Amino acid sequence: MRGRMARNAFALGSAGLLVLGIAACNQSKPEQEKSQSQLKIVEQVQIDGQGKEVKADQSAAPSDPAGDGKATCPPVSIAMAGALNGPDAALGINIKNGVQLAIDKHNAANPGCQVQLKPFDTEGDPQKATAIAPQIVDDQYTIGLVGPAFSGETKATGTVFDQAGLVATTASATNPTLSENGWKTFFRGLANDAVQGPAVANYLKNTLGYKKICVIDDSTDYGLGLASAVRETLGPIADSGCNISVKKGDKDFSAAVTQVKGVSPDAVFYGGYYSEAAPLTQQLKDGGFTGTFVSADGTKDPEYVKQGGEATKGAILSCPCGPATGTFADEYKKKFNTDAGTYSAEGYDLGTILVKGIDSGAITRPALLDFVKNYNGQGVARKYQWTPTGELTTNLIWIFKVQ
Amino acid sequence: MIHECVDQYACLAANINFNLEGLRIGFWQLTIDGLAWGAIYALVAVGYTLVFGVLRLINFAHSEIFMLGMFGAYFALDIIMGFTPSGNAYNKGIALTILYLAIAMLFAMLVSGSAAVGLEFVAYRPLRRRGARSLTFLITAIGMSFVLQEFVHFVLPKLLKGYGGSNAQQPIILVQPKTQFHIFSATVSNVTIVIIVAALIFAVLTDYAINRTKFGRGIRAVAQDPTTATLMGVSRERIIMTTFLIGGLLAGAAALLYTLKVPQGIIYSGGFLLGIKAFSAAVLGGIGNLRGALLGGLLLGIMENYGQAVFGTQWRDVVAFVLLVLVLLVRPTGILGESLGKAKA
Repeated sequence: MRGRMARNAFALGSAGLLVLGIAACNQSKPEQEKSQSQLKIVEQVQIDGQGKEVKADQSAAPSDPAGDGKATCPPVSIAMAGALNGPDAALGINIKNGVQLAIDKHNAANPGCQVQLKPFDTEGDPQKATAIAPQIVDDQYTIGLVGPAFSGETKATGTVFDQAGLVATTASATNPTLSENGWKTFFRGLANDAVQGPAVANYLKNTLGYKKICVIDDSTDYGLGLASAVRETLGPIADSGCNISVKKGDKDFSAAVTQVKGVSPDAVFYGGYYSEAAPLTQQLKDGGFTGTFVSADGTKDPEYVKQGGEATKGAILSCPCGPATGTFADEYKKKFNTDAGTYSAEGYDLGTILVKGIDSGAITRPALLDFVKNYNGQGVARKYQWTPTGELTTNLIWIFKVQ
Repeated sequence: MIHECVDQYACLAANINFNLEGLRIGFWQLTIDGLAWGAIYALVAVGYTLVFGVLRLINFAHSEIFMLGMFGAYFALDIIMGFTPSGNAYNKGIALTILYLAIAMLFAMLVSGSAAVGLEFVAYRPLRRRGARSLTFLITAIGMSFVLQEFVHFVLPKLLKGYGGSNAQQPIILVQPKTQFHIFSATVSNVTIVIIVAALIFAVLTDYAINRTKFGRGIRAVAQDPTTATLMGVSRERIIMTTFLIGGLLAGAAALLYTLKVPQGIIYSGGFLLGIKAFSAAVLGGIGNLRGALLGGLLLGIMENYGQAVFGTQWRDVVAFVLLVLVLLVRPTGILGESLGKAKA
């Protein structure tokens, strides 16, 4: 009996090896039919709250951190706070690199004024940020801050920066309530979440003229909040037969696909993140859905295209964040050996604004705060000018497309 | 990027549906899709049930054995067979595709099987030698589950470029889901057929192995009475190893089938929920009972699919666990009872 088992095992093993051998011979053949696709998330237009396209002001070139090269200043530093380690580090690093690029360009052009960047890792955690905020404030050389990156940590630390009179410009915290705290030092470098949902919905309804849209959310605070705003603005165009909630972490959407197919809409809006959006897009395509897949900043990540492949082609993604364009994109790529990511442009623009302030002679906290408050200028991502509460005077949303 | 729901309960209430019409319309489709899921649950559930039968141990790390199987299948397709991950489907023709899938499955089974045996060797055997209590085993199992997850999350990316980490693997899709034929109003895709057929074959083979072969009799003997079995000349340690091996092999097979259905699911945390579902399936059918695990898996897959049609997609997991509780209220030992350890004529 034992002998037979051993023989069987041997036979099975050698059969397996044979099969592996055949496969190995096959391996050298290059895959021609579908190589790595060249799909990318590319910026299209800016839209306002009504969903109307807004032409970018082409006349004004984005401010250059290099300035005139003649600036002089005592040693001062700019702090950056955000997640630099941990699961959310990608966004923090995007911002930090953006600021770094602005400061390095400035320092290279202005030997008489060397500004130092001091990064602080909050891991995106409000508690850690609360512990770190005093360190930033207590450093007398630090006169400006880019950060904190996320809404939670910004909420937790805003008062500290306000009391210290340290100008805190955020490149990515988009919770609408942040500007309602009466902080004098808070400046938001992009539109907030209350703008995005209605803007996208109006864009789909008015500009693209879709008549029937399925709105799907992922049941998270972010996804459901955004999807609710979209549903509300779309009104009857959001078909009630396919108001679907899925769960973050789900990868099989067959039930949702069946439901969408039954309605055959012009578009599907998904409020959620890329890790679910990718399989959803693919399963919708496989299931015969031919309309447009629309989603927002949670999905605007290169990983979405990597995971979803050809099925993501033509998908429309909105984001309050601006695209990396022109020389900024090239310089970023050259310096960090990777493409500029979400919020890199904001980090660069905000860094530029701060060093421009320093160049103009604003080398104390009150002076720099004053400079930012009265700033009005073009950046890579958009035009920057703030209301007294720290919101931008014009809040625009960028529309991206996978192509 | 954070939106707050102003009133959490209002938001929740707005999200529960009660849509019997949806169940009626989609009944056959839901059944077919549920069967495919159930088949995957069933194969994974066997691993839980056999180990429980023999060791009275709930091997929580089994979900990670499954997860390693997914990576094994991916590795085979990526490195051994040289497919470039792209998120797009390859179309290789039926025969070649089946060959590729078979190799990937073999490799997944190899990885899962050896991981399961390795786990037994590294984590459980030393504890048994020292006569540890059953709670210690349970904690060890949970601990190993985390160890394996975090290994793939943090260590694997350093060992193998492009593997593991926080993001899912970029998918390699061999089979594009295509409708093959209709049953009543339901469409049956090639992926569904492959999953159900493969799972059926494995189920029959396992059932045969446990109930008809000599080492299957050994497993049943140890489950029934370890001491007497040892006196009768059954090597308990060998049997335990074999049990882990069978569980691992089936988890590997299930892993490949799962990646067919969910190509984007290859991630360090990808086995967790599925493992819990499979464990529930094992309990549902009667833990320690092989046929119970198979039946429980299929039932759970189908019922949760019905449930999500009625209450909404996001309630799928809730439906599965509520079903489990309801069945256990009526039949505490599961549908078929715990029979692996019971004497049968």
